[in-house]
Amino acid sequence: MPLDDTDRRLLRLLQEDPARGIPDLADHARITARQAGRRLERLRETGVIRGTRAVIDWRALGWEVTVSLRVTLDKTRPDAFDALIAAARAVPEVTEIQTFLGKVDVRLNVIARDMKDYQRIYRDHILTLPHIADIEALVHVATVKAEEWLPI
Amino acid sequence: MIELDDIDRALIRALAEDAGRPAGELGRSVGLSQPAAWRRIRRLFASGALSGRRLELDAEKLGFGVTVFLGVKLATKGRMSMEDFERVLGAIPEVQRVEHVLGLYDYRLRVVARDLADFERVLRRRIMALPGIGSIEANVMLSEERRPGPI
Repeated sequence: MPLDDTDRRLLRLLQEDPARGIPDLADHARITARQAGRRLERLRETGVIRGTRAVIDWRALGWEVTVSLRVTLDKTRPDAFDALIAAARAVPEVTEIQTFLGKVDVRLNVIARDMKDYQRIYRDHILTLPHIADIEALVHVATVKAEEWLPI
Repeated sequence: MIELDDIDRALIRALAEDAGRPAGELGRSVGLSQPAAWRRIRRLFASGALSGRRLELDAEKLGFGVTVFLGVKLATKGRMSMEDFERVLGAIPEVQRVEHVLGLYDYRLRVVARDLADFERVLRRRIMALPGIGSIEANVMLSEERRPGPI
């Protein structure tokens, strides 16, 4: 779907603040509210805008520890990816699962209440995941930038 | 730490899935009236349990075909201050996420680009050009899944 500068401006504004109302968006994009509404509807219908999600602040809710686990799989097993991902989905503390082309095969983002809780999750639910050849952990210290905006 | 009851948790789960649903509809799903649900939702954002809203865009449809995760290690010599380093990194539009971590790397980055050639441009001209960069490891993302988490 071809996008013009006005579409991109609307997306930039919404990215910065998804709670913005249509009249406010229209104002900033210098179009009428009706035009803005129509454009947004088209962006949703074509799937450019997938939706809006609330962001949970896990730290504020008592999950103080975040660890990025970089997993290398035993690639002699053809089902290694599928089996690991299916098992990781069953661990509630796993909040993100990514697969890669590179040195790392899978990344699991794991949250825990404290280091003792992390140790429990790691021993009982991570080390028992299937077909892991190696795991490296990066312990989160601070978030410098987290908006994950697209440079539209 | 913010204390939550079962209704709060149900609302958080629903809002993390789709924050665009009207309060009336969300309220019905947890057995609350529209005004009661609206008050609860407002409190979840005001208390900081929910830190904000994120617009979910289809990156590929917008021409961003490549997402790369980088592990960056700082050099021991010739580095700029960490504050300067973080500020300059964070100002690169293609760098979506910067986390200071402990372990094999000092920083974990999420970078988006139009294609691999575009990624190479960002990596060489913007990131590797920074003074104090030691080593970089890049992994090209193939798939991503966000899970609801333990709530």
